[in-house]
Amino acid sequence: MSMVKVPLVTRMSMQFNKRTNSNPICMVKSSEVKLIGKWSSSYTIRVKIALNMKSLEYENIEETLKHKSDLLLHSNPVYARIPVLIHRDRPISESLVIVEYIDETWPTPPSILPSHPYDRALARFWATYIDDKWFPSMKCIFAFEAEEERKPYFEVLEEVLERMEDAFGKCSKGEPFFGGDTIGFIDIAFGSFLGWLSAVEQKFERKLLIEAKFPALVKWAERFAVDPAVKGLIPEADKLVELSKSIKWRAAIEKK
Amino acid sequence: MADEVVLLDFWPSPFGMRIRIALAEKGIKYEYKEEDLRNKSPLLLQSNPVHKKIPVLIHNGKPICESLIVVQYIEDVWSNRNPLLPSDPYHRAQARFWADYVDKKVYDLGRKIWTSKGEEQEAAKKEFVEALKLLEEQLGDKTYFGGDNVGFVDIALVPFYTWFKAYETFGNFNIESECPKFIAWVKRCLQKESVSKSLPDPHKVYEFVVEIRKRIGIE
Repeated sequence: MSMVKVPLVTRMSMQFNKRTNSNPICMVKSSEVKLIGKWSSSYTIRVKIALNMKSLEYENIEETLKHKSDLLLHSNPVYARIPVLIHRDRPISESLVIVEYIDETWPTPPSILPSHPYDRALARFWATYIDDKWFPSMKCIFAFEAEEERKPYFEVLEEVLERMEDAFGKCSKGEPFFGGDTIGFIDIAFGSFLGWLSAVEQKFERKLLIEAKFPALVKWAERFAVDPAVKGLIPEADKLVELSKSIKWRAAIEKK
Repeated sequence: MADEVVLLDFWPSPFGMRIRIALAEKGIKYEYKEEDLRNKSPLLLQSNPVHKKIPVLIHNGKPICESLIVVQYIEDVWSNRNPLLPSDPYHRAQARFWADYVDKKVYDLGRKIWTSKGEEQEAAKKEFVEALKLLEEQLGDKTYFGGDNVGFVDIALVPFYTWFKAYETFGNFNIESECPKFIAWVKRCLQKESVSKSLPDPHKVYEFVVEIRKRIGIE
Protein backbone atom coordinates (compact mmCIF):
# COMPACT_ATOMS: atom_id res chain seq x y z
CA MET A 1 0.00 0.00 0.00
CA SER A 2 1.66 3.28 -1.03
CA MET A 3 1.78 5.86 1.74
CA VAL A 4 1.33 9.48 0.85
CA LYS A 5 3.82 11.43 2.90
CA VAL A 6 3.33 15.09 3.69
CA PRO A 7 6.35 16.82 2.14
CA LEU A 8 8.96 17.68 4.77
CA VAL A 9 9.12 21.35 3.73
CA THR A 10 5.35 21.73 4.18
CA ARG A 11 5.39 20.01 7.55
CA MET A 12 8.25 22.06 8.88
CA SER A 13 6.88 25.37 7.66
CA MET A 14 3.52 24.66 9.28
CA GLN A 15 5.14 23.90 12.62
CA PHE A 16 7.50 26.86 12.33
CA ASN A 17 4.63 29.26 11.67
CA LYS A 18 2.77 27.98 14.68
CA ARG A 19 5.72 28.55 16.99
CA THR A 20 6.67 32.02 15.83
CA ASN A 21 3.09 33.32 15.69
CA SER A 22 1.93 32.03 19.02
CA ASN A 23 2.45 33.42 22.48
CA PRO A 24 5.58 31.70 23.83
CA ILE A 25 3.73 30.83 27.03
CA CYS A 26 0.98 28.88 25.17
CA MET A 27 1.44 25.22 24.47
CA VAL A 28 1.81 24.36 20.83
CA LYS A 29 -0.92 21.98 19.74
CA SER A 30 0.07 18.43 19.16
CA SER A 31 1.10 18.07 15.53
CA GLU A 32 0.79 14.30 15.66
CA VAL A 33 -2.83 14.62 14.51
CA LYS A 34 -3.91 17.02 11.79
CA LEU A 35 -7.32 17.43 10.25
CA ILE A 36 -7.85 19.01 6.86
CA GLY A 37 -11.45 20.13 6.66
CA LYS A 38 -14.01 22.92 6.47
CA TRP A 39 -16.16 24.42 9.21
CA SER A 40 -19.25 23.99 7.03
CA SER A 41 -18.70 20.35 6.07
CA SER A 42 -20.81 17.79 7.90
CA TYR A 43 -18.23 15.17 7.02
CA THR A 44 -15.52 17.23 8.72
CA ILE A 45 -17.77 17.76 11.73
CA ARG A 46 -18.08 13.99 12.13
CA VAL A 47 -14.33 13.66 12.51
CA LYS A 48 -14.11 16.60 14.93
CA ILE A 49 -16.80 15.04 17.13
CA ALA A 50 -14.88 11.75 17.19
CA LEU A 51 -11.61 13.53 18.08
CA ASN A 52 -13.40 15.44 20.85
CA MET A 53 -14.93 12.24 22.23
CA LYS A 54 -11.43 10.84 22.62
CA SER A 55 -10.14 14.15 24.05
CA LEU A 56 -7.56 14.36 21.28
CA GLU A 57 -5.70 17.53 20.41
CA TYR A 58 -5.22 18.16 16.74
CA GLU A 59 -4.12 20.81 14.33
CA ASN A 60 -7.08 22.08 12.38
CA ILE A 61 -6.22 22.97 8.79
CA GLU A 62 -9.06 24.90 7.22
CA GLU A 63 -9.47 24.48 3.46
CA THR A 64 -11.00 27.30 1.50
CA LEU A 65 -13.85 26.72 -0.88
CA LYS A 66 -12.14 28.17 -3.92
CA HIS A 67 -8.71 26.63 -4.01
CA LYS A 68 -7.59 23.14 -3.00
CA SER A 69 -4.30 23.18 -1.12
CA ASP A 70 -1.29 21.14 -2.19
CA LEU A 71 -1.48 19.37 1.14
CA LEU A 72 -5.02 18.20 0.40
CA LEU A 73 -4.19 17.10 -3.14
CA HIS A 74 -1.16 15.23 -1.83
CA SER A 75 -3.00 13.61 1.07
CA ASN A 76 -6.10 12.56 -0.82
CA PRO A 77 -5.04 12.03 -4.42
CA VAL A 78 -7.99 9.71 -5.12
CA TYR A 79 -10.82 12.14 -4.35
CA ALA A 80 -9.07 15.46 -3.59
CA ARG A 81 -11.64 16.29 -0.94
CA ILE A 82 -11.98 16.87 2.77
CA PRO A 83 -11.95 15.62 5.45
CA VAL A 84 -8.52 14.04 5.64
CA LEU A 85 -6.98 12.99 8.93
CA ILE A 86 -3.21 12.91 9.01
CA HIS A 87 -1.84 10.87 11.88
CA ARG A 88 1.92 10.48 12.20
CA ASP A 89 2.23 11.70 8.62
CA ARG A 90 -0.14 9.05 7.24
CA PRO A 91 -3.39 10.29 5.69
CA ILE A 92 -6.79 8.65 6.08
CA SER A 93 -9.79 9.74 3.99
CA GLU A 94 -13.58 9.24 3.96
CA SER A 95 -15.29 10.44 7.12
CA LEU A 96 -16.77 7.15 8.34
CA VAL A 97 -13.47 5.33 7.69
CA ILE A 98 -11.71 8.07 9.70
CA VAL A 99 -14.19 7.80 12.59
CA GLU A 100 -13.66 4.03 12.80
CA TYR A 101 -9.90 4.59 12.63
CA ILE A 102 -10.09 7.02 15.56
CA ASP A 103 -12.17 4.56 17.58
CA GLU A 104 -9.70 1.72 16.93
CA THR A 105 -6.50 3.71 17.38
CA TRP A 106 -7.65 5.29 20.65
CA PRO A 107 -9.80 2.56 22.16
CA THR A 108 -10.24 4.32 25.53
CA PRO A 109 -13.88 4.95 26.47
CA PRO A 110 -16.24 6.25 25.33
CA SER A 111 -16.43 3.80 22.42
CA ILE A 112 -17.84 5.19 19.23
CA LEU A 113 -18.90 1.86 17.73
CA PRO A 114 -20.91 -0.61 19.81
CA SER A 115 -19.11 -3.71 21.05
CA HIS A 116 -21.62 -6.33 19.95
CA PRO A 117 -21.15 -7.46 16.31
CA TYR A 118 -24.85 -7.17 15.47
CA ASP A 119 -25.12 -3.67 16.91
CA ARG A 120 -21.96 -2.71 15.02
CA ALA A 121 -23.52 -3.95 11.78
CA LEU A 122 -26.67 -1.91 12.50
CA ALA A 123 -24.61 1.19 13.28
CA ARG A 124 -22.71 0.85 10.00
CA PHE A 125 -25.97 0.19 8.14
CA TRP A 126 -27.63 3.42 9.33
CA ALA A 127 -24.49 5.49 8.81
CA THR A 128 -24.22 4.19 5.23
CA TYR A 129 -27.93 4.85 4.73
CA ILE A 130 -27.45 8.48 5.75
CA ASP A 131 -24.50 8.79 3.38
CA ASP A 132 -26.50 7.35 0.49
CA LYS A 133 -29.63 9.40 1.02
CA TRP A 134 -29.17 12.60 2.98
CA PHE A 135 -26.58 14.85 1.41
CA PRO A 136 -27.16 13.68 -2.17
CA SER A 137 -30.82 14.74 -1.79
CA MET A 138 -29.86 18.00 -0.13
CA LYS A 139 -27.50 18.86 -2.96
CA CYS A 140 -30.34 18.36 -5.45
CA ILE A 141 -32.66 20.57 -3.40
CA PHE A 142 -30.11 23.40 -3.54
CA ALA A 143 -29.26 22.76 -7.17
CA PHE A 144 -32.71 22.69 -8.72
CA GLU A 145 -34.59 25.90 -9.33
CA ALA A 146 -38.10 24.56 -9.80
CA GLU A 147 -40.30 23.50 -6.92
CA GLU A 148 -41.40 20.47 -8.95
CA GLU A 149 -37.83 19.36 -9.47
CA ARG A 150 -37.05 19.65 -5.75
CA LYS A 151 -40.19 17.85 -4.61
CA PRO A 152 -38.93 14.25 -4.91
CA TYR A 153 -35.80 15.13 -2.91
CA PHE A 154 -37.81 16.67 -0.11
CA GLU A 155 -39.74 13.41 -0.10
CA VAL A 156 -36.46 11.50 0.34
CA LEU A 157 -35.53 13.69 3.33
CA GLU A 158 -38.97 13.03 4.85
CA GLU A 159 -38.52 9.31 4.37
CA VAL A 160 -35.08 9.41 5.97
CA LEU A 161 -36.50 11.23 8.99
CA GLU A 162 -39.26 8.64 9.30
CA ARG A 163 -36.79 5.77 9.17
CA MET A 164 -34.41 7.42 11.60
CA GLU A 165 -37.27 8.11 14.03
CA ASP A 166 -38.06 4.40 13.91
CA ALA A 167 -34.40 3.38 14.10
CA PHE A 168 -33.91 5.60 17.13
CA GLY A 169 -36.43 3.59 19.07
CA LYS A 170 -34.72 0.32 18.19
CA CYS A 171 -31.11 1.44 18.61
CA SER A 172 -31.33 3.67 21.68
CA LYS A 173 -33.25 1.09 23.75
CA GLY A 174 -34.65 3.83 25.95
CA GLU A 175 -31.36 5.72 26.29
CA PRO A 176 -30.76 9.33 25.13
CA PHE A 177 -28.75 8.54 21.97
CA PHE A 178 -28.62 6.07 19.09
CA GLY A 179 -25.41 4.90 20.73
CA GLY A 180 -27.02 4.45 24.14
CA ASP A 181 -26.06 6.62 27.08
CA THR A 182 -23.27 8.33 25.12
CA ILE A 183 -23.21 9.45 21.50
CA GLY A 184 -22.04 6.83 19.02
CA PHE A 185 -21.51 6.11 15.34
CA ILE A 186 -25.08 6.74 14.15
CA ASP A 187 -25.44 9.91 16.26
CA ILE A 188 -22.25 11.24 14.66
CA ALA A 189 -23.16 10.18 11.11
CA PHE A 190 -26.61 11.73 11.28
CA GLY A 191 -26.20 14.55 13.79
CA SER A 192 -23.41 16.10 11.75
CA PHE A 193 -26.09 17.10 9.22
CA LEU A 194 -28.27 19.05 11.68
CA GLY A 195 -26.72 22.36 10.59
CA TRP A 196 -27.55 21.79 6.93
CA LEU A 197 -31.01 20.52 7.86
CA SER A 198 -31.70 23.86 9.55
CA ALA A 199 -30.24 25.67 6.54
CA VAL A 200 -32.63 23.88 4.16
CA GLU A 201 -35.57 24.64 6.49
CA GLN A 202 -34.60 28.29 6.61
CA LYS A 203 -33.85 28.83 2.94
CA PHE A 204 -36.88 27.00 1.62
CA GLU A 205 -39.14 28.15 4.49
CA ARG A 206 -40.22 24.66 5.29
CA LYS A 207 -39.94 22.86 8.61
CA LEU A 208 -38.82 19.26 8.25
CA LEU A 209 -37.86 18.12 11.75
CA ILE A 210 -41.36 18.60 13.13
CA GLU A 211 -42.01 17.60 16.74
CA ALA A 212 -45.47 16.23 16.02
CA LYS A 213 -44.08 13.87 13.39
CA PHE A 214 -40.66 13.08 14.85
CA PRO A 215 -40.87 13.54 18.63
CA ALA A 216 -37.92 11.28 19.45
CA LEU A 217 -35.65 12.87 16.85
CA VAL A 218 -36.48 16.42 17.91
CA LYS A 219 -35.48 15.67 21.49
CA TRP A 220 -32.44 13.71 20.35
CA ALA A 221 -31.30 16.63 18.18
CA GLU A 222 -31.49 18.99 21.17
CA ARG A 223 -29.44 16.63 23.34
CA PHE A 224 -26.94 15.97 20.55
CA ALA A 225 -26.28 19.65 19.89
CA VAL A 226 -25.32 20.32 23.51
CA ASP A 227 -23.21 17.22 24.00
CA PRO A 228 -19.71 18.33 25.09
CA ALA A 229 -18.11 16.62 22.07
CA VAL A 230 -20.48 18.41 19.68
CA LYS A 231 -20.91 21.84 21.22
CA GLY A 232 -19.86 24.67 18.94
CA LEU A 233 -19.35 22.45 15.91
CA ILE A 234 -22.79 22.62 14.31
CA PRO A 235 -22.77 25.75 12.13
CA GLU A 236 -25.61 28.26 12.34
CA ALA A 237 -28.25 28.03 9.65
CA ASP A 238 -27.79 31.64 8.41
CA LYS A 239 -24.09 31.11 7.87
CA LEU A 240 -24.76 27.96 5.83
CA VAL A 241 -27.55 29.65 3.85
CA GLU A 242 -25.14 32.48 3.03
CA LEU A 243 -22.45 29.98 2.05
CA SER A 244 -24.91 27.98 -0.08
CA LYS A 245 -25.15 30.95 -2.44
CA SER A 246 -21.54 30.51 -3.54
CA ILE A 247 -21.50 26.73 -3.85
CA LYS A 248 -21.70 25.19 -7.32
CA TRP A 249 -24.42 22.69 -6.45
CA ARG A 250 -24.87 21.22 -9.93
CA ALA A 251 -21.19 20.27 -10.08
CA ALA A 252 -21.45 18.85 -6.57
CA ILE A 253 -24.24 16.46 -7.62
CA GLU A 254 -21.95 14.72 -10.07
CA LYS A 255 -19.44 13.70 -7.40
CA LYS A 256 -20.18 10.64 -5.27
CA MET B 1 -26.76 -24.40 19.99
CA ALA B 2 -25.65 -24.58 16.37
CA ASP B 3 -25.49 -21.36 14.39
CA GLU B 4 -28.22 -20.91 11.82
CA VAL B 5 -26.92 -18.99 8.84
CA VAL B 6 -29.06 -18.18 5.80
CA LEU B 7 -27.99 -16.16 2.76
CA LEU B 8 -30.68 -14.53 0.61
CA ASP B 9 -28.97 -14.01 -2.71
CA PHE B 10 -29.23 -13.86 -6.50
CA TRP B 11 -26.65 -15.89 -8.38
CA PRO B 12 -25.17 -13.17 -10.69
CA SER B 13 -24.97 -10.53 -7.93
CA PRO B 14 -21.35 -9.49 -7.25
CA PHE B 15 -22.53 -8.30 -3.83
CA GLY B 16 -23.87 -11.75 -2.99
CA MET B 17 -20.63 -13.31 -4.24
CA ARG B 18 -18.69 -11.25 -1.70
CA ILE B 19 -20.59 -12.88 1.15
CA ARG B 20 -20.26 -16.37 -0.35
CA ILE B 21 -16.48 -15.93 -0.44
CA ALA B 22 -16.34 -14.62 3.13
CA LEU B 23 -18.45 -17.50 4.44
CA ALA B 24 -16.26 -19.99 2.54
CA GLU B 25 -13.06 -18.42 3.88
CA LYS B 26 -14.38 -18.84 7.40
CA GLY B 27 -15.65 -22.37 6.73
CA ILE B 28 -19.19 -21.45 7.77
CA LYS B 29 -22.06 -23.74 6.77
CA TYR B 30 -25.10 -21.90 5.55
CA GLU B 31 -28.35 -22.26 3.66
CA TYR B 32 -28.34 -20.51 0.30
CA LYS B 33 -31.72 -19.14 -0.80
CA GLU B 34 -32.06 -17.95 -4.37
CA GLU B 35 -34.37 -14.96 -4.72
CA ASP B 36 -36.47 -14.17 -7.77
CA LEU B 37 -36.00 -10.41 -7.95
CA ARG B 38 -39.20 -10.00 -9.92
CA ASN B 39 -41.08 -11.78 -7.14
CA LYS B 40 -39.31 -11.06 -3.88
CA SER B 41 -40.02 -13.40 -0.99
CA PRO B 42 -41.79 -12.21 2.17
CA LEU B 43 -38.63 -13.20 4.04
CA LEU B 44 -36.52 -10.82 1.94
CA LEU B 45 -39.00 -7.95 2.28
CA GLN B 46 -39.18 -8.53 6.02
CA SER B 47 -35.40 -8.85 6.41
CA ASN B 48 -34.48 -5.78 4.38
CA PRO B 49 -37.47 -3.44 4.59
CA VAL B 50 -35.36 -0.34 3.88
CA HIS B 51 -33.80 -1.38 0.57
CA LYS B 52 -35.66 -4.64 -0.29
CA LYS B 53 -32.46 -5.91 -1.88
CA ILE B 54 -30.22 -8.93 -1.74
CA PRO B 55 -27.86 -9.98 -0.38
CA VAL B 56 -29.07 -10.39 3.18
CA LEU B 57 -27.39 -12.62 5.75
CA ILE B 58 -29.70 -13.96 8.42
CA HIS B 59 -27.78 -15.19 11.46
CA ASN B 60 -29.88 -16.94 14.09
CA GLY B 61 -32.93 -15.10 12.80
CA LYS B 62 -31.35 -11.62 12.73
CA PRO B 63 -30.83 -9.99 9.33
CA ILE B 64 -27.74 -8.07 8.28
CA CYS B 65 -27.78 -6.06 5.02
CA GLU B 66 -25.26 -4.37 2.71
CA SER B 67 -22.52 -6.71 1.50
CA LEU B 68 -19.47 -4.95 2.96
CA ILE B 69 -21.24 -4.56 6.30
CA VAL B 70 -22.09 -8.27 6.21
CA VAL B 71 -18.46 -9.21 5.48
CA GLN B 72 -17.32 -7.11 8.47
CA TYR B 73 -20.01 -8.76 10.59
CA ILE B 74 -18.75 -12.21 9.57
CA GLU B 75 -15.24 -11.07 10.48
CA ASP B 76 -16.42 -9.83 13.89
CA VAL B 77 -18.37 -12.96 14.77
CA TRP B 78 -16.00 -15.63 13.42
CA SER B 79 -12.86 -13.79 14.38
CA ASN B 80 -10.78 -16.84 15.21
CA ARG B 81 -10.21 -18.10 11.68
CA ASN B 82 -8.73 -16.62 8.47
CA PRO B 83 -8.83 -12.91 9.29
CA LEU B 84 -10.28 -10.86 6.44
CA LEU B 85 -9.09 -7.50 7.74
CA PRO B 86 -5.61 -6.51 8.93
CA SER B 87 -5.11 -6.12 12.68
CA ASP B 88 -3.47 -2.68 12.49
CA PRO B 89 -5.97 0.26 12.50
CA TYR B 90 -4.17 2.16 9.72
CA HIS B 91 -4.19 -0.83 7.37
CA ARG B 92 -7.79 -1.58 8.32
CA ALA B 93 -8.66 2.00 7.36
CA GLN B 94 -6.89 1.57 4.02
CA ALA B 95 -8.77 -1.70 3.39
CA ARG B 96 -12.09 0.00 4.16
CA PHE B 97 -11.18 2.97 1.97
CA TRP B 98 -10.37 0.79 -1.05
CA ALA B 99 -13.37 -1.50 -0.62
CA ASP B 100 -15.52 1.65 -0.54
CA TYR B 101 -13.72 2.87 -3.69
CA VAL B 102 -14.69 -0.39 -5.41
CA ASP B 103 -18.30 0.25 -4.40
CA LYS B 104 -18.25 3.82 -5.68
CA LYS B 105 -16.54 3.09 -8.98
CA VAL B 106 -16.55 -0.46 -10.30
CA TYR B 107 -20.24 -1.36 -10.15
CA ASP B 108 -21.59 1.95 -11.49
CA LEU B 109 -19.03 2.28 -14.25
CA GLY B 110 -19.48 -1.36 -15.25
CA ARG B 111 -23.21 -0.83 -15.40
CA LYS B 112 -22.79 2.25 -17.58
CA ILE B 113 -20.64 0.23 -19.97
CA TRP B 114 -23.30 -2.40 -20.65
CA THR B 115 -26.28 -0.06 -20.63
CA SER B 116 -25.06 2.97 -22.56
CA LYS B 117 -23.73 3.86 -25.98
CA GLY B 118 -21.59 6.39 -27.78
CA GLU B 119 -19.87 9.13 -25.80
CA GLU B 120 -21.34 8.10 -22.47
CA GLN B 121 -20.08 4.56 -22.92
CA GLU B 122 -16.63 5.73 -24.03
CA ALA B 123 -16.34 7.94 -20.97
CA ALA B 124 -17.40 5.06 -18.70
CA LYS B 125 -14.86 2.71 -20.30
CA LYS B 126 -12.06 5.21 -19.84
CA GLU B 127 -12.93 5.80 -16.20
CA PHE B 128 -13.35 2.08 -15.58
CA VAL B 129 -9.89 1.29 -16.91
CA GLU B 130 -8.43 4.16 -14.85
CA ALA B 131 -10.08 2.71 -11.74
CA LEU B 132 -8.64 -0.75 -12.41
CA LYS B 133 -5.20 0.77 -12.99
CA LEU B 134 -5.40 2.63 -9.69
CA LEU B 135 -6.32 -0.63 -7.99
CA GLU B 136 -3.39 -2.36 -9.73
CA GLU B 137 -1.15 0.33 -8.26
CA GLN B 138 -2.52 -0.36 -4.78
CA LEU B 139 -1.93 -4.07 -5.21
CA GLY B 140 1.68 -3.42 -6.17
CA ASP B 141 3.78 -6.56 -5.81
CA LYS B 142 1.52 -8.26 -3.33
CA THR B 143 -0.09 -11.61 -4.08
CA TYR B 144 -3.45 -10.31 -2.87
CA PHE B 145 -4.66 -6.95 -1.60
CA GLY B 146 -4.84 -8.72 1.75
CA GLY B 147 -1.17 -9.74 1.53
CA ASP B 148 -0.59 -13.49 1.72
CA ASN B 149 -4.26 -14.35 1.76
CA VAL B 150 -7.41 -12.82 0.31
CA GLY B 151 -8.74 -9.99 2.40
CA PHE B 152 -11.44 -7.36 2.47
CA VAL B 153 -10.49 -5.60 -0.75
CA ASP B 154 -9.96 -8.85 -2.69
CA ILE B 155 -13.41 -10.01 -1.58
CA ALA B 156 -14.98 -6.67 -2.48
CA LEU B 157 -13.44 -6.62 -5.93
CA VAL B 158 -12.97 -10.09 -7.43
CA PRO B 159 -16.71 -10.83 -7.99
CA PHE B 160 -16.86 -8.10 -10.65
CA TYR B 161 -14.56 -10.27 -12.77
CA THR B 162 -17.57 -12.47 -13.56
CA TRP B 163 -19.12 -9.46 -15.31
CA PHE B 164 -16.02 -8.63 -17.40
CA LYS B 165 -17.09 -10.72 -20.38
CA ALA B 166 -20.32 -8.73 -20.49
CA TYR B 167 -18.47 -5.40 -20.12
CA GLU B 168 -15.95 -6.37 -22.81
CA THR B 169 -18.54 -7.58 -25.30
CA PHE B 170 -20.90 -4.65 -24.99
CA GLY B 171 -18.11 -2.14 -24.48
CA ASN B 172 -16.02 -3.57 -27.27
CA PHE B 173 -12.72 -3.57 -25.45
CA ASN B 174 -10.31 -6.00 -23.83
CA ILE B 175 -9.63 -5.59 -20.14
CA GLU B 176 -6.62 -7.91 -19.93
CA SER B 177 -4.70 -5.94 -22.55
CA GLU B 178 -5.34 -2.71 -20.60
CA CYS B 179 -4.80 -4.15 -17.14
CA PRO B 180 -2.74 -7.34 -17.25
CA LYS B 181 -1.69 -7.17 -13.59
CA PHE B 182 -5.33 -6.97 -12.60
CA ILE B 183 -6.20 -10.14 -14.52
CA ALA B 184 -3.11 -11.88 -13.11
CA TRP B 185 -4.42 -11.07 -9.61
CA VAL B 186 -7.87 -12.41 -10.57
CA LYS B 187 -6.32 -15.67 -11.71
CA ARG B 188 -4.47 -16.03 -8.40
CA CYS B 189 -7.75 -15.46 -6.54
CA LEU B 190 -9.52 -18.06 -8.67
CA GLN B 191 -6.98 -20.65 -7.57
CA LYS B 192 -8.50 -20.42 -4.12
CA GLU B 193 -11.46 -22.72 -3.62
CA SER B 194 -13.29 -20.18 -1.47
CA VAL B 195 -13.31 -17.87 -4.50
CA SER B 196 -13.75 -20.30 -7.42
CA LYS B 197 -16.66 -22.10 -5.76
CA SER B 198 -18.40 -18.82 -4.95
CA LEU B 199 -18.30 -17.31 -8.42
CA PRO B 200 -20.57 -18.23 -11.33
CA ASP B 201 -19.28 -18.89 -14.84
CA PRO B 202 -18.70 -15.55 -16.62
CA HIS B 203 -20.39 -16.99 -19.74
CA LYS B 204 -23.56 -17.55 -17.76
CA VAL B 205 -23.38 -13.99 -16.42
CA TYR B 206 -22.92 -12.74 -19.98
CA GLU B 207 -26.03 -14.64 -21.13
CA PHE B 208 -27.92 -13.16 -18.19
CA VAL B 209 -26.87 -9.64 -19.23
CA VAL B 210 -28.00 -10.36 -22.83
CA GLU B 211 -31.41 -11.28 -21.40
CA ILE B 212 -31.58 -8.18 -19.23
CA ARG B 213 -30.68 -5.91 -22.11
CA LYS B 214 -33.53 -7.40 -24.15
CA ARG B 215 -35.89 -6.99 -21.24
CA ILE B 216 -35.04 -3.36 -20.60
CA GLY B 217 -35.00 -2.61 -24.32
CA ILE B 218 -31.36 -1.90 -25.06
CA GLU B 219 -30.68 -2.76 -28.67
